[in-house]
Amino acid sequence: MKKIIYILLINIFFVNSLSALIEVDITRGNLDPLPIAISPLHVDIKSEKYKDLNVKDLGDKISEIIEKNFRNTGLFNPLKKDAFVQKPDIAHLKPRFEDWRLIKAQALVTGKLLISGEKLKVEFRLWDLAAAQEMTALAFTTTPSNWRRVAHIISDKIYERLTGEEGYFDTRIIYVAESGPKTQRIKKLAIMDQDGFNTKYLTLGNELVLTPRFNPTNQMVTYMSYFRNMPRVYLLDIETGSQEVVGNFPGMTFAPRFSPDGKKIIMSFAKDGNSDIFTMDLETRLVERITEHSSIDTSPSFSPDGKFIAFNSDRSGLQQIYVMRSDGSNVKRITFGKGIYGTPVWSPRGDLIAFTKMHKGKFFIGVMRVDGTGERLLTENYYQEAPSWSPNGRVLVFYRETKSGTKGEGFSAKLWSIDITGYNERRLLTKTDASDPSWSSLLSK
Amino acid sequence: MIRSLIYSLTFHSVMILLTVLSLPFMLREPVDLPPIVSVELIQISDKTMIPYAPKARKIIEDQKKKEEEKRVVSEQAPPSAKAKEKPDRIPLPNKKEEEKKIIKKKQNPEEIKPQIRQSSEFEKKEVVDTNQIAALIDKAKEIEATEKKDSNKITQSNKKNSFATGLTLSEEDALRAQIFGCWSVPLGLPYDQNLLVRVKLQLKKDGTILKSEILDHERMNRPGQKFYKVLAESALRAVRMCQPLKVPPTGYDKWKDLQLNFNPEEMLKG
Repeated sequence: MKKIIYILLINIFFVNSLSALIEVDITRGNLDPLPIAISPLHVDIKSEKYKDLNVKDLGDKISEIIEKNFRNTGLFNPLKKDAFVQKPDIAHLKPRFEDWRLIKAQALVTGKLLISGEKLKVEFRLWDLAAAQEMTALAFTTTPSNWRRVAHIISDKIYERLTGEEGYFDTRIIYVAESGPKTQRIKKLAIMDQDGFNTKYLTLGNELVLTPRFNPTNQMVTYMSYFRNMPRVYLLDIETGSQEVVGNFPGMTFAPRFSPDGKKIIMSFAKDGNSDIFTMDLETRLVERITEHSSIDTSPSFSPDGKFIAFNSDRSGLQQIYVMRSDGSNVKRITFGKGIYGTPVWSPRGDLIAFTKMHKGKFFIGVMRVDGTGERLLTENYYQEAPSWSPNGRVLVFYRETKSGTKGEGFSAKLWSIDITGYNERRLLTKTDASDPSWSSLLSK
Repeated sequence: MIRSLIYSLTFHSVMILLTVLSLPFMLREPVDLPPIVSVELIQISDKTMIPYAPKARKIIEDQKKKEEEKRVVSEQAPPSAKAKEKPDRIPLPNKKEEEKKIIKKKQNPEEIKPQIRQSSEFEKKEVVDTNQIAALIDKAKEIEATEKKDSNKITQSNKKNSFATGLTLSEEDALRAQIFGCWSVPLGLPYDQNLLVRVKLQLKKDGTILKSEILDHERMNRPGQKFYKVLAESALRAVRMCQPLKVPPTGYDKWKDLQLNFNPEEMLKG
């Protein structure tokens, strides 16, 4: 009897508690970029002079770089500084949240810097204006000439805190800098920060260069150039400038890429009209054949775990993308759409493969899942190819050429980037024409 | 016989008591009538059907188009200052004077014969554009009206609310619409994860927030769930930015505790 009463009482309690709370489902929201206020960094009055650096303006310049990085993501809307309501030094101590909310900002970045004893110390805070609390705060010390990098690192930290994924600002892009008329193009290897600054040329331009790729530590680059009139894969140490031809192949080698551990180079080797995929261990110099087929197999790209390789092949008649195990077994065709597919590149997240597609005379850059399903074409143009992933797998950089006349007039090649959602297509600023970009991993990781 | 009769009577009276206590419609509370609002009806069709309306519409459409164009492709702003630098040249060991012809077979689909004439199932129009976002939003509204597939998730609450006699549909809609405007959905969320964030609120009579709490807050600190933390924070930001919430003027006891279930899944998937 007692038991029954207990059960009944529990029942009463349970039924009542269920009916008490009202629930409302929110399934829609605002897809506009997040309004963010990036206050200029306050320059400490104790700051000393450093070479030809304009210390006074440094706070403004750093905040400008952060602002530009954020605007370029398409995910944030940095607000105009004219509307800012508090001085940078006071805001950095404790913002008047209600005032910042008035200008519709949802997050606020404040900071200060000090140059002392040839060291630059920068600290920043990210504030959640709605919750009226600090979200993250960090300080960096470095040489003052590194101030641009500090701005990029701060951008990465804020991006990570606000989106939950790694940033991609403290990175570099290596590409082929092009100049001269279309028929006599001079192509040099060039490297720049992802925002187009600090361009450096790595080769002189007396040989054609193509398809440069970083290794995982960003110290080495592999690319294709000419050795004794033969296209060959090269290895270049960025720090020392030393170069070498990779392997002793009796024919041309091209389309190189590093394995995810950086220990091997995977590439194509062509002889007598047939091209297959090979790897070479950089330590032992052992060469291993991965594919053996009478067709043209090329553009290999490892999955981030190193277990699979995506490549393109014309073994079925038209060029299509295939995936196989890293030992060459279990080859599977993954593209069956209409048109020609090439340049597969595995995303650093491992979930997508980016590619170039040609169909009806148009070129598309697209992404699909690693089994070939869910193909999405992100951008279409007269000629574009060679996608490369940002280190967080969110943005693709590629190059686009314009249509030119019979003598090559009106020709240009530029770098572009696009978000994997297909939004936010932007041109990357380069000093010269540019092609074959490759994005580094995060430098400060 | 008498014993079983007593048992039966006791059991039945307990059941009746239970029903009275647990079923809200048995409570004989005074009917909570919303305050009377006087409405003035004005015939406006004569005023709105003005002759220059088509022209105005054209201007508005042009304006919209311009804004749309601005949003889709925005050029990167030119750098404010170019750092002067000398290119660091590293000499090649094998310098060659002559230009070599290059074979770019692997990555140059230009060379492939243009006889292919099939129609693509992946035309450009399939790529999402901003118009589709509007469509998505409309679609989300439609979906709301339809049945929810996943019964495990805490989702559409109309049914619950009619039972619990909480907010009327129009009151709920007003509140929902208000929060839609305040909620900046973080972009770049994973598509294949459970994105439901449940926020429990304690409200004051004027709709301001006394207390807010994420119900699954332990998930925020789990490894690999950074996006969830970001999403949960965005939900909290939305309710804080929105306050005072548009709550009914009466029936405070019913809505002083409120649960908002934020779920951007439909929006992201379309």
